[in-house]
Amino acid sequence: MNGIDSVLIFALVAVPFFGAIVLAFFPADKHIMIHWYTRIIAAVGLAIAAYLFITFDTSGDLTKYTVDFDWLPSLGIRFTLGLSGITAPLMLLNAVIFFGGVLISWNVTHRPKDFFIWLMLLVAGVYGVFASKDLFFLFFFYELAVVPMYLLVGVWGSSTDFGTFLRTKEYGAMKVMLVLVAGSVLVWIAILAMWMEAREITGIADFSIAGLSQVEFSEGFQKLYYPFLMVGFGILAGLWPFHTWSPDGHVAAPTAVSMLHAGVLMKLGAFGILAVGMVILPKGAQFWAPTLIGLGTVNVLYGAISALGQKDLKYVIGYSSVSHMGYVLMGLGTLDVLAVDGAVLQMFAHGIMTALFFAMVGVIYQRTHIRDITVLEGLGKKMGITGVFLAVAGLTSLGLPGFSSFVAELLIFIGTYRTYPILGVLAVIGAAITAVYILRMLGKVFFGPFDENKWKDLTDANKTETGVAVLLTGFLLLWGLFPFRIVEIIDSGVAPIMERLGN
Amino acid sequence: MTADVHFELLWPEFLVAGLAFVIFTLDFFLRPERKNILAWVSVIGLAGILAFTIPYLMNENDSLFNGLYRVDDYALFFKVLSMAIGGAVILGSIHFVGRYLTHPGEYYAIILLSVLAMMMMAASGELLTAYLSLELLSFCLYILSGFALHDSKSNEASVKYILLGAFSSGLLLYGIVMLYGALGTTSFAEMAVALEGIEDIDGRLLIGLTLLISGLGFKMAAVPFHMWAPDVYEGAPMPITAYIAVGSKVAAFALVLRLFAEGLLPAIDQWNVLIAGLAALTMLFGNLVALAQTNVKRMLAYSSVGQVGFLLMGIASLSTLSSNGLMVHLVGYSATNLAVFFAITAFYNVTGKEDIVDFAGLAGRSPFLAAAITVSLFSLAGLPFLAGFVTKFYLFSAAAAEDLLWLAGVAMVASLISLYYYLNVVRQMYISPAADGEEGAIKVPNLLYGLVGVLVIIVILLGVYPEPLVNIIENATDVILPAADAAALNLP
Repeated sequence: MNGIDSVLIFALVAVPFFGAIVLAFFPADKHIMIHWYTRIIAAVGLAIAAYLFITFDTSGDLTKYTVDFDWLPSLGIRFTLGLSGITAPLMLLNAVIFFGGVLISWNVTHRPKDFFIWLMLLVAGVYGVFASKDLFFLFFFYELAVVPMYLLVGVWGSSTDFGTFLRTKEYGAMKVMLVLVAGSVLVWIAILAMWMEAREITGIADFSIAGLSQVEFSEGFQKLYYPFLMVGFGILAGLWPFHTWSPDGHVAAPTAVSMLHAGVLMKLGAFGILAVGMVILPKGAQFWAPTLIGLGTVNVLYGAISALGQKDLKYVIGYSSVSHMGYVLMGLGTLDVLAVDGAVLQMFAHGIMTALFFAMVGVIYQRTHIRDITVLEGLGKKMGITGVFLAVAGLTSLGLPGFSSFVAELLIFIGTYRTYPILGVLAVIGAAITAVYILRMLGKVFFGPFDENKWKDLTDANKTETGVAVLLTGFLLLWGLFPFRIVEIIDSGVAPIMERLGN
Repeated sequence: MTADVHFELLWPEFLVAGLAFVIFTLDFFLRPERKNILAWVSVIGLAGILAFTIPYLMNENDSLFNGLYRVDDYALFFKVLSMAIGGAVILGSIHFVGRYLTHPGEYYAIILLSVLAMMMMAASGELLTAYLSLELLSFCLYILSGFALHDSKSNEASVKYILLGAFSSGLLLYGIVMLYGALGTTSFAEMAVALEGIEDIDGRLLIGLTLLISGLGFKMAAVPFHMWAPDVYEGAPMPITAYIAVGSKVAAFALVLRLFAEGLLPAIDQWNVLIAGLAALTMLFGNLVALAQTNVKRMLAYSSVGQVGFLLMGIASLSTLSSNGLMVHLVGYSATNLAVFFAITAFYNVTGKEDIVDFAGLAGRSPFLAAAITVSLFSLAGLPFLAGFVTKFYLFSAAAAEDLLWLAGVAMVASLISLYYYLNVVRQMYISPAADGEEGAIKVPNLLYGLVGVLVIIVILLGVYPEPLVNIIENATDVILPAADAAALNLP
């Protein structure tokens, strides 16, 4: 540990983790106590992440953030945590969404203790992935973030009836779990392959990212194993054609979990491609970049077109997530500093935006128990606040200037256009389709004819829910209007990686 | 050479054998309702012997009867592990025996004898000694698996086990004969020397190796020699199922690892493909068939067949690193499987049911059992913070380091498959509601509560801080494998 900053990094991972363990000893029927306890844990995390973000040192010297312990020397595993320009905003993202998710879960009354224990473990896993500088622990936390999904979706989720067939929450839970673990298997294979190869080249057993990135892997090796990382992490990022778990999972999950899932968990995948794949296997990244950008474009268009056809509110947002993660993957695929900056900013912006979406859809569903767009009509009459914030999320989603997604997507479009003009144009078309399904959904649900009798007892978002929406909207506007600081921070992390790639 | 045999190094074995006879004798003098004393005497006796053995044999390196029987850190490690497993099984049996079985005296004494056999298997330095100790273990297990006299399934299990076991013993013996014919010796160390001198591998040697591997494959339930396992697991009394799943595997791998490392390493190119194929087949088949099981004991039987595949991977990629990996995984596997079996035993003691659907709503009926089973199953699936994650990572890394990355890949896919059927149990316990009339709370006796609790804590400890165990194991494998490739590893 090197002073206060490194202690804070450690605390960020440790607080929700040990928070979950302590919560296990709470009496299960003290609901209010459990809720407040979790809120405090989330607030502490938010405070730490915000502090680290605000005081982040962009000069390039990151040693003061490093936590380093020996763990299993015979395999070369060390417990190493750190912070970089890429992870500082993503940590903040996780903290914000966790805080918002805990608040929006005020209505969880079914076994809230277990719910929050699993939620905290999930969040600890996400912090851990962002913080880990050692591949063993990165993989460790990655799995830790995936495991709680099963019970969170399976126990507290909701099933969807499509008329002809049923998508149960058990189905969603199992699908999410198996697909994500399958992704992690690919990542694991690549990790072991890199470790083995490095051991043969240098004679040193070492799992650290920094150590492995110094190794001169042969070009053939890099080309062979980069796809394992790209697809393995890509599955978590919703990479087409491995994206189908994501809409099913988001829809089946309870609100807070959908927020965390679409908001943060999918970013782990993109983060892995950038911070592991491109750092350790730069030549492989260059070779496969066109494929990544191509698949990303398919993501954008396929997600957007699929969203057009959905009737369930959550499925619309689920597919829109697939589409928006496509921009992130495209940005990463350009290997252009500006576009990769944009991709990381898009991770943040999309995370906040999609969390706001799911929060507001959760508000509607909690009151109406309906998510079918064909049935929900004219709710704006009674749910004005919800409507406003859903509109904010929608407008961010279609890239309205003033919101953070605009800045991110602009950077990505420019970067893509510079490298692959045609794909850049296709990406813009994707944004246009987004406008169609978002505006159609908003118009139908909030401005259609209102049935007074049917929705007699309908209430608007309460203070807690409004508070969450304001918090999230604040971040959207903040980075939309003043993107300079966050782009500077991101750039300090991205530039060195891209420099090694020779761009 | 024969003049100074250090019989005093065999004290632990003598003591365990003596303890077994004490139990046999004591059985005559106890009234039926006080037979639990036998279990406690066994456990306390084993604990005493354990406490005596560790300092007594630490760093001792000697071989008795011209290399027939070895006393070294490797054997010590497995002696300790065997006694710990035996003690745990006896503790976990107490309530089950009281409820379902007769003749507790013989039951505990035979378990003690089988512990003795396991200790001898790890110490054997020669094929016939190894065979005799293996048979001692097998005979104990044949009897134990048929111990539920009133239960036809248990009888069936025992007969099936005896017949197939006898068949595999035949294969094993014939393999030993062939090897003896080819190499002129049965001592591991001399076999290695003889193998190094051989230029061309002749037919006798290949047939011998194949038969030996098949025979041992039967004993450890590797595919395609696994078919006894599910029936025996299902029929045997629950604690004995745990014992067969854990104890017999630990002992078999203790023997196999020493045999291959000390005796057959020079011919590694001849057998490693065979073992690697066996491993891949075993892990895939075991886990795929486990998907279809509805009885929890059968499911765990196939899952442990799958685990044998992982363990065989450590043999196929034989090196110091993978021996460490194998042993680390063996310890994690033992603790985890004992935890899950005892948790299920506690459930069975109250409900008398053992189908997976019977576990519906267990989270509400007994949160402790549900959590313990979940933790154990997640550990078997290799999820983080639990023993399985670290031990699999270690083992798979070791295989990758020996150019068996493809096999490690197969193993990862196999563990992904296993996740599905483990999750199905978790789903029953946490998501499905309890069946009508089955909502009542399940009372776990304090003894099982404590035992399962300790095992779960071990599973978590191994997952969080495995370094002490790894150090002990590295020390133990130094004996059986030259540290040549440890130097090549060039520790940072």
